[in-house]
Amino acid sequence: MSRERMEEYFQATIDADQKIEPKDWMPDAYRKTLIRQISQHAHSEIVGMLPEGNWITRAPNLRRKAALLAKVQDEAGHGLYLYSACETLGVEREELLDQLHSGQAKYSSIFNYPTLTWADIGAIGWLVDGAAIMNQVPLCRCSYGPYARAMVRICKEESFHQRQGYEIMLTLCRGSDEQKAMAQDALNRWWWPALMMFGPNDKESTHSEQSMKWRIKRISNDELRQRFVDMTVPQADFLGIQVPDPDMKWNESTGHYDFGPINWDEFWNVVKGNGPCNRERLKARVQAHEEGSWVREAAMAYAEKRKQRAEERARVA
Amino acid sequence: MVPSTRLYDYLLRLGDNALILGQRLGEWCGHGPVLEQDIALTNIALDLIGQARLWLEYAAQTAGKGQTEDDLAFLRDAGAFRNALLVEQPNGDFAHTIIRQFLFDAWNFALHEDLCNSGDLQIRAIAEKSLKEIAYHRKYSSEWTIRLGDGTEESRSRMQTALEDLWTYAGELWNPDDLDREMAEAGISPHLERLQPAVEKYIRDILTEATLEIPAGTWMQSGGKQGRHSEHLGYILAEMQFLQRAYPGLEW
Amino acid sequence: MKKDWPLWEVFIRSKNGLSHKHVGSLHAADAQMAIENARDVYTRRGEGISIWVVESRHITASSPDQIEAFFDPANDKVYRHPTFYKLPDEVDHI
Repeated sequence: MSRERMEEYFQATIDADQKIEPKDWMPDAYRKTLIRQISQHAHSEIVGMLPEGNWITRAPNLRRKAALLAKVQDEAGHGLYLYSACETLGVEREELLDQLHSGQAKYSSIFNYPTLTWADIGAIGWLVDGAAIMNQVPLCRCSYGPYARAMVRICKEESFHQRQGYEIMLTLCRGSDEQKAMAQDALNRWWWPALMMFGPNDKESTHSEQSMKWRIKRISNDELRQRFVDMTVPQADFLGIQVPDPDMKWNESTGHYDFGPINWDEFWNVVKGNGPCNRERLKARVQAHEEGSWVREAAMAYAEKRKQRAEERARVA
Repeated sequence: MVPSTRLYDYLLRLGDNALILGQRLGEWCGHGPVLEQDIALTNIALDLIGQARLWLEYAAQTAGKGQTEDDLAFLRDAGAFRNALLVEQPNGDFAHTIIRQFLFDAWNFALHEDLCNSGDLQIRAIAEKSLKEIAYHRKYSSEWTIRLGDGTEESRSRMQTALEDLWTYAGELWNPDDLDREMAEAGISPHLERLQPAVEKYIRDILTEATLEIPAGTWMQSGGKQGRHSEHLGYILAEMQFLQRAYPGLEW
Repeated sequence: MKKDWPLWEVFIRSKNGLSHKHVGSLHAADAQMAIENARDVYTRRGEGISIWVVESRHITASSPDQIEAFFDPANDKVYRHPTFYKLPDEVDHI
């Protein structure tokens, strides 16, 4: 088959809403885009363990401690599923980790913000996981089979994350004045970064159009962001705390909330490494990897020895 | 019948061991040597926190002062904690974490096997549930002990160092004090000295396979079970109890 | 020596009576570790009662290039399906 025919066949498969599987022919650009997107997604899960992991040892009661441990552990699992999906495209996890550690690969900027109070754990679950779910649900139907399957699993597991976050917020908002202030402060700090999680405005988004055509992405950044706002503002109202946006108001004619301009300067700065925690997040990951290297080596060495011993025993016998 | 204050003290030992070790393992979350082990260690931490909740809830009930598991976990000072010194030792490198886990699991498994025959039905029920989890912990930490002991030169030396550092805390687990004897006499817990040979044999067998040597020193530290801890516990509690201390009496 | 642990494919039987089903992959230094990692990674919510692991490099797969030659010929063998055979309505249970 000519290259052109193959591309036609490939696009037709996608247009018919059928999946592309690892060994199927695919254009290099499709493979590259997927590797970039899936690995970024995996890195985000792994780096995302850090801000919340901060509070595992300080969780205010044992029930919360167990829930938070399970949630952060899920993120490790999700990172793992995604690295696995990425590996089906012919790139090894070690290589992807190198890209993360060298600063070459990106991850979701939101994790470069600090978790300062317990309410941040609530706000992350509610807003950050809420935004992530909004982004991820359409990915369950993404054209690449292994990615779509990983997302199905992830979305299923993640449904408790947002609920545990909102439950924390609810408890705080029904608690003392100090607790309510804590919740409001967390909303103030996480609201805008959460909106930024959907990425640049559609007209600025470089990868969007092609990704839509390939059905790697199925709904535009702005549309997802709007859905998130529409869903979240009433939840904030229920909590009795205010979204930090003076322009936020219900628009009767569009049936949506209008909201104020996003500070894209801040967004790009954090992407470029100038967020409050970029350096320490990356450092923590690099350190874990380097300090684990003797463990990984030793396990391989032991596996090798055991294999050799078994072979020797077989020869003697 | 043992006095409820004595039973309470004994339950704290069980609960605090699980709680403090679970807390320590929780520190690893996000920093493990490889993703798969990050997840594995967190599973063990979750099991331990779950066990701690059951023991502490029962302890609180026994005390009959209307306290909860959280009151016991978050509002006692170091001197009131009854965990063994071993479990409060710092994570160190992965070798220290594995050796600490291995020594604890080897004993904890034997203990829980016997607690499944406890004359106290509630203890029996908790032990039965926990034993399955602990059996897996012991398998995990034993395999990693062997793997790292018999791995590379570096891993062997790290494991041997960890063993030298931590061995002195192992004895406290199986050397009985008055409370242990009292519980054993009442049929609530096993006689620790009867557990010891099997536990030590298990440890020796695994360490031999791991090409590690049991340290020559035989002096064993003690005190944790009676509330005399190492410096580490204060820091653990400062972190763990911070919110409850800073904002007393609130729901979270 | 290669530092990265080999990749393993994981198959889980969710309950007796069902086949093992591919659920994903992971890294492990040896088979025993792969089984345990699979337990910790893929059965956190009680998803399984039996696990198979196989090192990914040991799997031989049919080639998608031959998809037509391999699988299309089976599509027109309608006589392999029960509906191909017409029986009178009065005949039951067959």
